[in-house]
Amino acid sequence: MATLGDLERTVMDLLWAAPEAMTANVLRDSIAHTPAGTPAGRELAVTTVLTVLSRLEKKGLVERERDSRPHRYRATTSRADHTAELMHDVLVTAPDREAVLARFIGNVSETEAQTLRKLLGG
Amino acid sequence: MIWASYFLAALAVILAWPAPIALSRARWPARSPFTAMILWQSIALGGGLSMIGAMLVWGLAPLGDDLISATAALVQIVGSGQSADTLGVIHVFALSAAALLGMHLVFTLMLTFVRIERQRHRHRDMLNLLSFPVDGNPSTRVINHPSPVAYCLPGGARSVTVLSDGLLQLLTRSELEAVLIHERAHLNQRHHLLLWAFAAWRSAIPWLPTSQLAHRAVNELIEMLADDEALKSVDETTLMRAIAVVAAGTGPQGATDPRGGSSALGPSQPEAIQEYPLATAQRVQRLLTPQPALSLAQQGGVLSASALLLAIPPLLLLMPLR
Repeated sequence: MATLGDLERTVMDLLWAAPEAMTANVLRDSIAHTPAGTPAGRELAVTTVLTVLSRLEKKGLVERERDSRPHRYRATTSRADHTAELMHDVLVTAPDREAVLARFIGNVSETEAQTLRKLLGG
Repeated sequence: MIWASYFLAALAVILAWPAPIALSRARWPARSPFTAMILWQSIALGGGLSMIGAMLVWGLAPLGDDLISATAALVQIVGSGQSADTLGVIHVFALSAAALLGMHLVFTLMLTFVRIERQRHRHRDMLNLLSFPVDGNPSTRVINHPSPVAYCLPGGARSVTVLSDGLLQLLTRSELEAVLIHERAHLNQRHHLLLWAFAAWRSAIPWLPTSQLAHRAVNELIEMLADDEALKSVDETTLMRAIAVVAAGTGPQGATDPRGGSSALGPSQPEAIQEYPLATAQRVQRLLTPQPALSLAQQGGVLSASALLLAIPPLLLLMPLR
């Protein structure tokens, strides 16, 4: 059985790849063609897709077009923008950052970059 | 009992100021980072205990010869609704200060934990959507980003090591192995718990030199410990090259690819702000000219001193001293 997290991921992948907004029904049919879509050969219920969509909406990843029935959904920003944002979080020095995640190399200042070049250049 | 409080106060001052300054200037921690890590923990814990203990013991001193009888007397005073004058205003003040400091430390520890966990949770959530597992190993994921980035996100069974496309392109196979072992050493040795405790210690009493210096030292020591773990599988040169490539790619001079290839950076490279300058240079220096570890006797000496620092405050609290 695919977990809710897997479904969120599949839905986002579809929305990021889609040129325009999609309804939950269309999404359900598209999910059926992905590996996560047919858990034990059963069809996914539209309500499950709607649950996933409202979770994603709460996280600010998905927005809903309310002017048509049924509502159509699309991704708020592109995958690349989200990735850039996440990596920005990683690369920028914030309070307690080093306690949240441990980077292989912290940010290097110009002085330090010079010292490193000197150490390794010789 | 009053002498115990003076002794605890003296210990608290030493552990808050001269001791951490001396240790932060010493060169031997780079030779035996694990031993140094133990000593820093003792300085922090012993320092906190003696700070609280000194005020507690001094506040209770008029009430009895040892902590237990004095506490019993205090409970009796509070229980029978007598005025605080029985104890004296200054002593009441000391007791309140001890209680406040103790609560402040515990609350800061808990708040820091909640804050860190929340950030990790949010990060992991986005990571699940944006990254891909490598070779069916769910604990190693790749994210599509041009900067050479490697980091680990602790979270028990859900801990992940994250590598960027940019890193995979720049590093050779053995350099990549060095990075992976380094990051997994952070996870296996539970370094995030140390960072949590010392981050809380620093935000609880940021104005004391000890919390700043300890935080910085612990940050540096865990990198050395993880480097040492990597050195069990790869040689110094490989690890050093990996550090150099990643540092060059993330620093302000990022556009200069150390391999002479094209730029591996995206346009959105954030400014490099660095809290602790030269930490990476020190790491490289240590790999360039490896120093022998402290002798067993020296390590034993440091460990005994650490044990004493931890044992003295509780002993002084409980011993009847007059």
